[in-house]
Amino acid sequence: MALGDFSSRLSFPRKRESGPSAVTGSLDPRLRGDGSIGASLAGAEPALAVQDLRKAYGAHTAVDGVSFTIRAGECFGLLGPNGAGKTTTLRLSLGLVAPDSGTIRLAGHRVPEEAREARRHVGVVPQLDNLDPDFTVTENLFVYGRYFGLSKREIGARIPDLLAFAGLAGRADARIQALSGGMKRRLTLARALVNDPQILFMDEPTTGLDPQARHLIWERLRQLTAQGKTILLTTHFMEEAERLCERLVILDRGRLIAEGSPRDLIQTHIDPHVVEVHGEGVAEWAERHARRLCRRVERTGETVFCYDQDVAPLLADLASRAALRYLHRPADLEDVFLKLTGRELRD
Amino acid sequence: MNTRAATLFRAPALSLRFYPVWRRNLLVWRKLAAPSMLGNLADPMIYMLGLGYGLGRLLPEIDGMPYITFLAAGTVCFSTMNSATFETLYSAFSRMHVQRTWDAILNAPLTLDDVVAAELAWAASKSMLSGLAIMIVVWALGLSTTPLSVAALLVVPLIGLTFGALGLAITAVSPSYDFFMYYFTLVITPMAMLSGVFFPLEQLPAGFQVAAWCLPLSHAVALVRPLLLGNVPAGIGLHVLVLAAYAAIGFYAALVLFRRRLLS
Ligand SMILES: Nc1ncnc2c1ncn2[C@@H]1O[C@H](COP(=O)(O)OP(=O)(O)O)[C@@H](O)[C@H]1O
Ligand SMILES: [Mg+2]
Repeated sequence: MALGDFSSRLSFPRKRESGPSAVTGSLDPRLRGDGSIGASLAGAEPALAVQDLRKAYGAHTAVDGVSFTIRAGECFGLLGPNGAGKTTTLRLSLGLVAPDSGTIRLAGHRVPEEAREARRHVGVVPQLDNLDPDFTVTENLFVYGRYFGLSKREIGARIPDLLAFAGLAGRADARIQALSGGMKRRLTLARALVNDPQILFMDEPTTGLDPQARHLIWERLRQLTAQGKTILLTTHFMEEAERLCERLVILDRGRLIAEGSPRDLIQTHIDPHVVEVHGEGVAEWAERHARRLCRRVERTGETVFCYDQDVAPLLADLASRAALRYLHRPADLEDVFLKLTGRELRD
Repeated sequence: MNTRAATLFRAPALSLRFYPVWRRNLLVWRKLAAPSMLGNLADPMIYMLGLGYGLGRLLPEIDGMPYITFLAAGTVCFSTMNSATFETLYSAFSRMHVQRTWDAILNAPLTLDDVVAAELAWAASKSMLSGLAIMIVVWALGLSTTPLSVAALLVVPLIGLTFGALGLAITAVSPSYDFFMYYFTLVITPMAMLSGVFFPLEQLPAGFQVAAWCLPLSHAVALVRPLLLGNVPAGIGLHVLVLAAYAAIGFYAALVLFRRRLLS
């Protein structure tokens, strides 16, 4: 997308792609998804297919007629504000909760009827950490592997690679309380890989992490997709979805309101140029000038957002107004998200 | 709505898959609780010895035995009950609610039924340890010298299962640790007073005696006390049946309530 030159009176450094490289390590080929299974899944069976899923809590419908299909090997995003129904959708898909109606197929199995069998092929990174605080890093992996019926020898053979992948090689015997938030998340990711799953469910994997820790998780997720794993990621960070997901759906109040690749969604739903304006008298300027010069104008508090195909007239007008400060940038997924789900607060 | 009810009330699906969860609890116990076991076991011993010898000196013989001998059987049952109750209230609640250990397990190919069965088996295992420790003291002090007293160790796990199952049902509806206080104050402590642990049931007014025979602990005591004296208990079948019925109903109620709490 050629967006022309973006000028700004505020200097915002552009997002940096690369993560910190202090910790390296990749999964041993033995740990990767079985090539033959991956190949056959890629041809025929989707990793996850949900059809017309519905789940109500009392009078409140948490998931309201949701359908989507995740192809084997892709990174798929489930986006939505708080309370949109993301976690409920994951719990339904894992067979932990029975839907009021709708059908689910996970890893080739009917859910919830064959949920136990399906979960053998899935790794889960839950929204809230639930590592075992009474065990060390290594013990957590051993104990969790046992839940999958793996032997001590099988788990032991995987542990060095899992620890290296999680950047925890030097912390094998550390207590959980001694780990930082980022380390805990990485250990939870390693734990989700202990059964060598084809599919990973990740519920807001980077919420609450600092940028360094977040970039490291993103880096690891890219490695996993490169190895052929399927990832279902929920997030409310648009930047995360834009970077990682090949396709995504946006969920709001239990309903699916958009679906596509990040690029398609931006092209379909929003004008390519955004000008954010704030400063003394911005409200009056928005009413008298912005609405005339620009196709779509939105306000949140003291900031005005202007969207259009061509913002040259708007920029020319702003150039003559010393009291107003502005930022001209390309539209991103967050703009789409806010347009579709609204700007009011969600709890 | 019907499918939801069917999901909640379906029969327990039991299998050996509970084992890794039971084993997890054992590993934690070996790491953390084993060193403090002495503390946990000292408590009932001190009561038994203090009351038994101290108070016992003031008391006449009860049914032809010294008070300490009478109290020994009560203590075996009481401390087994307490052990299973503590484990399924405080420890299980901590694993379910505070640490979310159960959530992690449920993401693996295990079901809630497996997890609840594992908690029950674990509570019975721990209470077995309490019962065994008291029995060792009882034998060491010569309070029971009959070979038949070994059979008390068969009753102990049944007591553990019964009170473990009842405790789990309470945990399933508990909003916080504070709730467990009510269970102890309103259920466990009165039951200990009504069940012939500290004094013979016959001391109670007739109405209370009828109530006492509805409580599982009375039936546990009715099995263990004769065994420590070398007698085969009268009405074994009935006592075992009452304990087993409490265990089965408690376990099923716990399952339904946990399903409602965690899976809906
Ligand atoms: N067990 C439950 N009981 C009652 N309401 C629930 C339950 N789980 C989720 N909800 C409600 O369903 C909606 C969706 O929740 P959730 O799936 O957790 O959203 P998200 O993960 O997108 O933030 C919320 O309004 C939430 O309050
Ligand atoms: Mg959520």
